[in-house]
Amino acid sequence: MISEDEAAIRDRYREWLEHYGRDRDEKFSTVSDQVIEPLYSPLDLREDDFLHGIGFPGQFPFTRGIYNNMHRGRLWTMRQFAGFGSARETNRRFHYLLQQGGTGLSVAFDNPTLMAVDSDDPRALGEVGRTGVAIDSLADMETLFEGIPLDRVSTSMTINAPANVLFAMYIAVGEKQGVPPEKLSGTNQNDILKEYIAQKEWVSPPGPSVDLVVDSIEYASRHVPRWNPVSISGYHIREAGSTAIQELAFTLADGMTYVDACLNRGMHVDSFAPRLSFFWNSHIDFFEEVAKFRAARRIWARLMRDKYGAANPRSWLMRFHTQTAGVSLTLQQPENNIVRTALEALAAVLGGTQSLHTNSMDEVYALPTEKAVQIALRTQQVIAHETGVINTVDPLGGSYFVESLTDRMEDGANRYFGQIQELGGVIPGIEQGFFQKEIADAAFHYQQQLDNKEKVIVGVNDFVAQETDEIPILKIDPEIERSQVARLREVRAARDNDLVERRLHCLSEAVSRHENSMPYILEAVRAYATVGEVTEAMKSVHGTWREPVFV
Amino acid sequence: MVEPVSGRRIRILMAKAGLDGHDRGVKVVARALRDAGVEVIYTGLHQTPEQVVSAAVQEDVDGIGLSLLSGAHMTLFPRILELLKERGAADIVVFGGGTIPQEDAEILKQAGVAQIFTPGTSTDTIVGWVKERFGGRTAAA
Repeated sequence: MISEDEAAIRDRYREWLEHYGRDRDEKFSTVSDQVIEPLYSPLDLREDDFLHGIGFPGQFPFTRGIYNNMHRGRLWTMRQFAGFGSARETNRRFHYLLQQGGTGLSVAFDNPTLMAVDSDDPRALGEVGRTGVAIDSLADMETLFEGIPLDRVSTSMTINAPANVLFAMYIAVGEKQGVPPEKLSGTNQNDILKEYIAQKEWVSPPGPSVDLVVDSIEYASRHVPRWNPVSISGYHIREAGSTAIQELAFTLADGMTYVDACLNRGMHVDSFAPRLSFFWNSHIDFFEEVAKFRAARRIWARLMRDKYGAANPRSWLMRFHTQTAGVSLTLQQPENNIVRTALEALAAVLGGTQSLHTNSMDEVYALPTEKAVQIALRTQQVIAHETGVINTVDPLGGSYFVESLTDRMEDGANRYFGQIQELGGVIPGIEQGFFQKEIADAAFHYQQQLDNKEKVIVGVNDFVAQETDEIPILKIDPEIERSQVARLREVRAARDNDLVERRLHCLSEAVSRHENSMPYILEAVRAYATVGEVTEAMKSVHGTWREPVFV
Repeated sequence: MVEPVSGRRIRILMAKAGLDGHDRGVKVVARALRDAGVEVIYTGLHQTPEQVVSAAVQEDVDGIGLSLLSGAHMTLFPRILELLKERGAADIVVFGGGTIPQEDAEILKQAGVAQIFTPGTSTDTIVGWVKERFGGRTAAA
């Protein structure tokens, strides 16, 4: 702040406070329960804040955005996550989204695919095609992208434990379309650490699983240069019940763990850092979210330049995707979810996101209907083209409140980094259940606040309607499970099974020798080895994982 | 302390079945029940219906609280009811919660699921239901 004015500002602040009056009987805190002051002023800014902490967009430390012109130069990608049932049905939804003006694809896989279990495995019972698309082999992947030229779209794949297998399948579909890997663009979620922390979909223990993540980062940096091999994700940490600061801190700690692992592999930081991307939640507490996005960019830039010595400015940039908070949606009066999603989307835009998924109002019930998805996409279009919020870069920059809250988020994250370091790092923290416990505590605290009405959710614990609204719900045909299993059996019957065996064996051998798994996985999927089979070949070397259970 | 006249505390197995990793709800409910004096055993994630039923029988619980956010509720609830019958343990009460549409919840209740709690339910409501359902049952036995 400007020092000559400080005394005068302090006087005026005291004067204002004297006549402040009385608050309503309410606790003024964020959804993460950070207490908020009644007013912010230059007194809340740090001494050296402007150039050091806030600065200009496109300039270090990027608090105000990673590009000089931000959304004036290029709007965010409107990327709606979609997938259900069979590859054929999801392919139709993709064509629909592209026709509606969607500008990127985002694949939701079903639980068996996410857990690397084939559709005919007994563990997949009842889950095939339920919450995403079922992919067993390259044959399904070919259908999924039929009629979609892979050099003309960017595709995000929400896949973690078997991420390298699906990545290899995507590369193989490209080959079949005549699109070379260097022309493919997209993102793998491939953030296995947050699986142990929050989403809980894993195959093997954290150590060897991180090695697989490094394999794909290394492979992409050499062969698929326009691909983001990992999207370091806070989204699921937040959905599991964390606070905003925990989401920020745990996600960035995961990011540092991947960077360390790549450096240990002998890679140079600037060879992979520009392609690391992030994925944040945008929850309902508007300013807390905006502050979180701004703090995230600043912390990452400082870490990459100062801790890791990255010289390429692109390595300092935190590029991120955002999704509105699924957990903020209510079953009661579901149309209100449109409003929540719009506000959350606005926070993401003002926070400087590069791409955005807006949830549909009916997602508490089931996967969204086409109509609900259309409203969600239109919400982004209204923000982009009607509201004018994109007319200037970082319109909230310089707000005393937003800057002060941004500083507070950064301080909170730094405190957690210290704690995580004391535990020995992220993986020991996972093994000790540290993150899981922190998140469970925060989730329970929030539930208590709801139960005693300290926090209000409209339609749930206040402003409750007598009648429940009926909205149409997407139904997944149970026949899908049977037809997917039949299709899988056809693939197994038609392929060269000896070749599959040989290639899976080569993969296991390569993994035992600590060679990069990607080329071997690619060979296996080209021969139509399934997600389950390829994963099993690696799991036979890596082993299984069971988390420490506590309540 | 929720202590029925028999002197035994209510015992509930909180369970996650299938490949579903969403454990926020199950943990919040487990903790609320425990704080209310219920003995809670949590299965951990990724259990098969067989594992859930074996744990319920071994732990001699009064009820199973099954949490499902995977869309597989129409398969996994009936399967657990069926296995309980096979094991001669049909007296174990099955209830649950998660992203379960109302229409499906009604069908499940007719099939023998005692109660389905959907998103937005307060923990007080769930604790109250458990106390009434199991407190009374054990006391009468």
